[in-house]
Amino acid sequence: MSTAVPQGRRPRHLTVGRIGVYAFLVTAALFFLLPLWIMVVTSLKPMDEIRLGNILALPAAMTVDAWSKAWSSACTGLECNGISVGFWNSVRILIPSVILSIIAGAINGYALSFWRVRGANVMFGILLLGAFIPYQVFLYPLVRIFSMTGIYNSLTCIVLVHVIFGLPTMTLLFRNYYAGLPIELFKAARIDGGGFWSIFFRVILPMSTPILVVATILQVTGIWNDFIFGLTFAGRENLPMTVQLNNIVNSTQGERAYNVDMAATMLAALVPLVVYFVSGRWFVRGIAAGAVKG
Amino acid sequence: MSTVSVRDVTVAFESVQVFDGLSLDIDEGEFIVLLGPSGCGKSTLLNAIAGLLDVAEGQIWINGKNVTWEEPKDRGIAMVFQSYALYPRMSVRENMSFGLKMAKTPRPEIEKRVAKAAELLQITPLLDRRPDQLSGGQRQRVAIGRALVRDAAVFLFDEPLSNLDAKLRNELRVEIKRLHARLGKTTMVYVTHDQIEAMTLADRIVVMREQKIQQIGTPDEIYHRPANLFVAGFVGSPQMNFIKGRLENTGEGLSFLSGDRRLALSAYPFATAPSAGQDVVLGVRPEHLEIANNGIWPGFKVDIVEPMGADTIIWCSDPVGSVQVRTTGSRRAAPGESLTLHADPSQVSLFSAETGERL
Repeated sequence: MSTAVPQGRRPRHLTVGRIGVYAFLVTAALFFLLPLWIMVVTSLKPMDEIRLGNILALPAAMTVDAWSKAWSSACTGLECNGISVGFWNSVRILIPSVILSIIAGAINGYALSFWRVRGANVMFGILLLGAFIPYQVFLYPLVRIFSMTGIYNSLTCIVLVHVIFGLPTMTLLFRNYYAGLPIELFKAARIDGGGFWSIFFRVILPMSTPILVVATILQVTGIWNDFIFGLTFAGRENLPMTVQLNNIVNSTQGERAYNVDMAATMLAALVPLVVYFVSGRWFVRGIAAGAVKG
Repeated sequence: MSTVSVRDVTVAFESVQVFDGLSLDIDEGEFIVLLGPSGCGKSTLLNAIAGLLDVAEGQIWINGKNVTWEEPKDRGIAMVFQSYALYPRMSVRENMSFGLKMAKTPRPEIEKRVAKAAELLQITPLLDRRPDQLSGGQRQRVAIGRALVRDAAVFLFDEPLSNLDAKLRNELRVEIKRLHARLGKTTMVYVTHDQIEAMTLADRIVVMREQKIQQIGTPDEIYHRPANLFVAGFVGSPQMNFIKGRLENTGEGLSFLSGDRRLALSAYPFATAPSAGQDVVLGVRPEHLEIANNGIWPGFKVDIVEPMGADTIIWCSDPVGSVQVRTTGSRRAAPGESLTLHADPSQVSLFSAETGERL
């Protein structure tokens, strides 16, 4: 056997171990893709085909009826306007909640990391502690407080709840990101005569793009996927998509319309999916940027 | 009249006291360098003067005004940082005018001052670039420009050249010195751990160690008459030679004695009255040791020779200890060669072995 003189790029051999690794990865990917596959094909089948039970098979007569029904005419209890009502409710809850919680978190993080306010560490500790207490503990007291102040079961109420419960995570995220920025920038801005707000808006915020993107992703997916707060605080008029999805799936009159259920579920998952696909790159980058320095 | 006056200042971080009653007076137009190893408190002192750090006790006066409780912007100071600290999302022009904008200076005045500072620092062509499009040297120039437009009475520099490579550092060092001369009555306080910067720039150097001022003096005084062993060892490269020994009373007055090595001290200007028998440390700068055949200390063996171009450093030793000798650049010696050294008593420093203070 002639051995080649080692020069240039080192040759890479496909070893048994490597093949095993790839085989495992592909299997794992298939395993996790399976539910999505079933959902997509089922939602595109008419009920006749579903009854045959071949859940993995491609639809023979492909139809989007289930999708349009799920969107506009599926029954959520007594009303039959589809999940679109919930979609728009969710949007109405989402936009103010995301914006307000990010603003609050950014200002908190900025104040905690740059302005050494007396008791800042204690304050931050308490805030973090809040993040570890199960939500359920807060539900009843909050319901009482909101009904006493008269905003219970309203859009204001659910937005306020999302802002409050987003505060620990958002503050932590921004605080860690700002802790990684050079403190000298802040000092320079102070010598230049910047105050609390002017330094925040003119120096710090323009540097916050990566973490703003991360915060947006976290909050959009988190708030969109929320169920228990929406159910408890939003009131009948403002029930978010997740709650309506549950109602559609659970309100059985006669035969269970699997295709409509699947389509409705996919519609509800669409927003977070889009967010992940569009911004996955930013997401990883920002999490790393925020987490490495603490 | 002094522009900056630090009076009995104590700074405390949480529960740790950093300074305990530190005082310093800086004259108008003076270039003061705070010199010391890292962690000696020089940057803390600068931050306290700038108002970026609250003092626990004492007062800080700038331009005849007690500014102890004033905000940084109201102290009449400008500051340049080691990391440049340029606002990354603003152009050079915006960076330089930010402070004036905050102070609500009229727009024509801002433009005039920015243009003037840019011209002085030769950064006019860079005005519309962003900091990430500049090299390190250009960034620091912009940072100096940003300080310049403030028309401050006191400039504070926090290790401004430490992030630059050696060549740029030399260039900018000269430029800062030129700037100080051109600005006339501007006081500059400059923090560094680089003794070359300190020696070349300063009117007076403040040597600090472990949160205490060790010596305040002109570069000459610091170099030739160091107040204690720390200053003597910290300033000067290669380091001053230290030889442990004793003071003895011989026929012709006091002499330094180390082993069989002697140095008559009749020409040494004692600062305090010495006593015979005292343990002392003799400090001799490498350039003050001469290689001379009729010298007083024979029997040194050459260990290593370092030719540095302009001069040559010869490391030599005898059974008692080793010393470094700085001699002319053309001088060569072979390892193992035997040398006789000569020291001039008027150029040495004597320190108490007990306290480390100069005698």
